[in-house]
Amino acid sequence: MARFGMVIDTKKCVGCMDCVVACKTENDVPDGHCRDWISQRLQGEMPDLRLTITSERCNHCESPPCVTCCPTGASHVQDFGKVVLVDHDKCIGCKACLAACPYGARFIHPDGYADKCTFCMHRVERGLAPACVDVCPTRCMHFGDLDDPESEVSRLIATRRHFVLKPDAGTRPRIFYLE
Amino acid sequence: MIELLTTRHNPLVDPTLHVWEWQIPVYLFLGGWVAGSMVLTGYLQRQARAPGQPSVSDRLPWIGLVLISLGMGALFLDLEHKLYVWRMYLTLQPLSPMSWGGWILLLVYPVLALGALATLADGWLDRWPALAAFARQLKSHTATRWLSLANIVVGIALGIYTGILLSSLGARPLWASAVLGPLFLVSGLSAGAAFAHVIAPGHDEQEQLIRFDNLFLMTELGLIALFLIGHLTVGAVHAQSAQLLLGGPFTAVFWVLVVGLGILLPLAIQSLMVAGRIPHTVIAPLLVLLGGLALRFVIVYAGQYSEWISP
Repeated sequence: MARFGMVIDTKKCVGCMDCVVACKTENDVPDGHCRDWISQRLQGEMPDLRLTITSERCNHCESPPCVTCCPTGASHVQDFGKVVLVDHDKCIGCKACLAACPYGARFIHPDGYADKCTFCMHRVERGLAPACVDVCPTRCMHFGDLDDPESEVSRLIATRRHFVLKPDAGTRPRIFYLE
Repeated sequence: MIELLTTRHNPLVDPTLHVWEWQIPVYLFLGGWVAGSMVLTGYLQRQARAPGQPSVSDRLPWIGLVLISLGMGALFLDLEHKLYVWRMYLTLQPLSPMSWGGWILLLVYPVLALGALATLADGWLDRWPALAAFARQLKSHTATRWLSLANIVVGIALGIYTGILLSSLGARPLWASAVLGPLFLVSGLSAGAAFAHVIAPGHDEQEQLIRFDNLFLMTELGLIALFLIGHLTVGAVHAQSAQLLLGGPFTAVFWVLVVGLGILLPLAIQSLMVAGRIPHTVIAPLLVLLGGLALRFVIVYAGQYSEWISP
């Protein structure tokens, strides 16, 4: 059984926001909302400064607090790819999942339900990559099966130094950033 | 130094989380108040009293029905997908305190309604003989014992759940404390006792409830201390979240409204009342209710403000 994850090379990402635009277009994300976004972290002290650009979205965590807190089971882990999804028809809009996510990856869709990145499952099921991965002009984003040791994502994690966001939150994210 | 710039600006999430506004603190306060009233009702029902002797436990179920309905109304207003609320009752999610809470609320109504029915005097239900017979059965010694037990159990479950609801959301460090459940329960007991001693029909019962409330207020102070000590000692993230109440933007309202006016001042006034130094006044219970409401507002708002600080 596949377990999808993403690897993003921060050495190649230039923060062009093509991934953000592609996601909005592909998933018809409503105006004023976004399922993915760009963050820039400036660390250090002058003159030793380091800028890290990250393309961020739902981390499809191994231990997703948004799933355990959901009172209706609308937030769930799909069998195919172990991807965290929201069943819109079960969601009551209580916003517990928004409060439970340490990454701020969810928002309330204007129609009332919780919404977020789906790893473009409608594309992946047809053998395509997520829209953000597909359009990236620097090819910094990689998508694949973390359980397959031969997949590109597994090999990159095995061979390159990497980090995840907010590791101390204990959610075990499945998006890895190469340093 | 870390400077973070983000292109995300989702409503309710950015620049800081603010998904829950007045509806949730109001619901948590009213739920806690009803929980406290139910526990006290159960306790008072189990106490021996002379036949025909009035007790505040005859009035509390009626007031509880009104308060819990107002609270659930506030909760409903908070939902973003309102027409789908029935989905709560097609499942029980064992790891979701909110799911448990939905079912607990469903138990609260029948317990309160049966309690209210049992208080109706003979003659009120003459037009519905079957209901009148049922109400008479509810007044029997055995039924009263069971109903009082149900009040205590469901009341404690309701009171604790209102705190666990928040403490289970570990992404907000300020809420991540096991003390929050007991704290909200004791605050609810305090609110219940404060209100009950205002409407208690007998002096002895009034005096007993004031003593109870003083005990609850002192326990609440202790739990607040444990809540803060726990945060300050468990790690950097939690210590930083506690700073919201110890020098941050919520400090003044927490220490003035919750601790000062909501606990210490009414505790002092009620201690003087018990000692017979001053006459009974509604100011102290009003302050207790104000403090309980302020506690929920501060915890809900400050908790949303707190977050994991690692990059």
